[in-house]
Amino acid sequence: MKLAFDIFTVFFVSAGAFFFLAGTVGLLRFPDSLTRLHALTKVDNLGVGLVVLGLLPQAHGLFGALKLVSIWLLVQLSGAIVTQLIAGAVRQRGPHG
Amino acid sequence: MTILSVFDVGLVVLVLAIGVSTIAAREAFAAVIGFVVYGLLLAIAWVRLSAVDVALTEAAIGGGMTGMLMLGAVARLRLAKGNDTRTSLPVRLAAGMLCALVAAGLAIAVLSPPEVIPTLAPMVMENLAQSGLGNPVAGVLFVYRALDTLLEKVVLILALLGVWSLAPDSVWGGIPGLRVYAQPSSTLTFLAQLLPPVGIVVAIYMCWVGAKEPGGAFQGGTVLAAMWLLVMIAGLKNVPSISQPWLRLLLVVGPVIFLAIGLAGMVLADAFLAYPSGYAKALIVAVEFALTLSIGVALGMLAAGPPERVRQP
Repeated sequence: MKLAFDIFTVFFVSAGAFFFLAGTVGLLRFPDSLTRLHALTKVDNLGVGLVVLGLLPQAHGLFGALKLVSIWLLVQLSGAIVTQLIAGAVRQRGPHG
Repeated sequence: MTILSVFDVGLVVLVLAIGVSTIAAREAFAAVIGFVVYGLLLAIAWVRLSAVDVALTEAAIGGGMTGMLMLGAVARLRLAKGNDTRTSLPVRLAAGMLCALVAAGLAIAVLSPPEVIPTLAPMVMENLAQSGLGNPVAGVLFVYRALDTLLEKVVLILALLGVWSLAPDSVWGGIPGLRVYAQPSSTLTFLAQLLPPVGIVVAIYMCWVGAKEPGGAFQGGTVLAAMWLLVMIAGLKNVPSISQPWLRLLLVVGPVIFLAIGLAGMVLADAFLAYPSGYAKALIVAVEFALTLSIGVALGMLAAGPPERVRQP
């Protein structure tokens, strides 16, 4: 059982890490602020989500798992909103304002 | 080499690289962003050293709060600057020399530790149970080094007084010039409505759990300050003028309660800042809660800056 949990963890955390890598490549390679933001958020949410999912079997009890999930939710929330704010600023003042 | 040591080496390389890029950055804004990232990486390094208390403080104060203060300074410089922002060569040389001197002193201290590192840790762990606390860091801060902790909070208030004294006489006691982005039903408003309840619970939790696990007044207070600033920046609450009695009361309530308990200790436990036996934990938690409030208000007002106007526009 322990082994199954560990395999689950390794698989999902690796998948999460892959998405982070993809997001970073997007951040470095995309041409302008808005597309870079797109790459960051889509992939960050998925990346953190997968890492959290992978870590759930390793959490200390139910409360540990709940803490992990709430971290994911908070990252989702702040990521989405901060992106909106940056994108709004870019639209208002142009990419270099 | 295990995976963890590969991770550690990578972390050290990253910290050094970010440090260099922060120093080499040509623009103040880029340097501040570098500094914030540096703070977050240092927090991870502290976690790797099993100093979770320090990691939390570094992330909250070093990365978050100081970063915000410096971003405010950068914005002010942009507003205030004429064309000539470059300091003269001798000043830069002197600053560079002094920094190099400090770095060299630190390097010597770190690279040549004494044979046997003097430590009081075993004695702390032996006597920790008497205080009723489970977190040795909280034990050191509030039992063995209570005076330092008290003075640290007073210094915070002094720093705030320093910021406030930058105000011209005409607006003394007025409203800090925090930039407000009030737009009804914007995403910022949404965040400022949604996040503070969560943040306040997290702040109380951090303060409460500080007695037996990593956490404490400074970390909790920083979260409180962040929530307060968010609400003020989104324009949901007005920035209070610095002459408000409640504001000043909240600023001093932590240090005053700490000091009162310390003075009571002279009568009840025979020493300044000593706790009567059996009540140590209850008193320390009470002090921590009051300090969390005071730190939250002090940090929030520090970030809000000196008073700039007398009335709400």
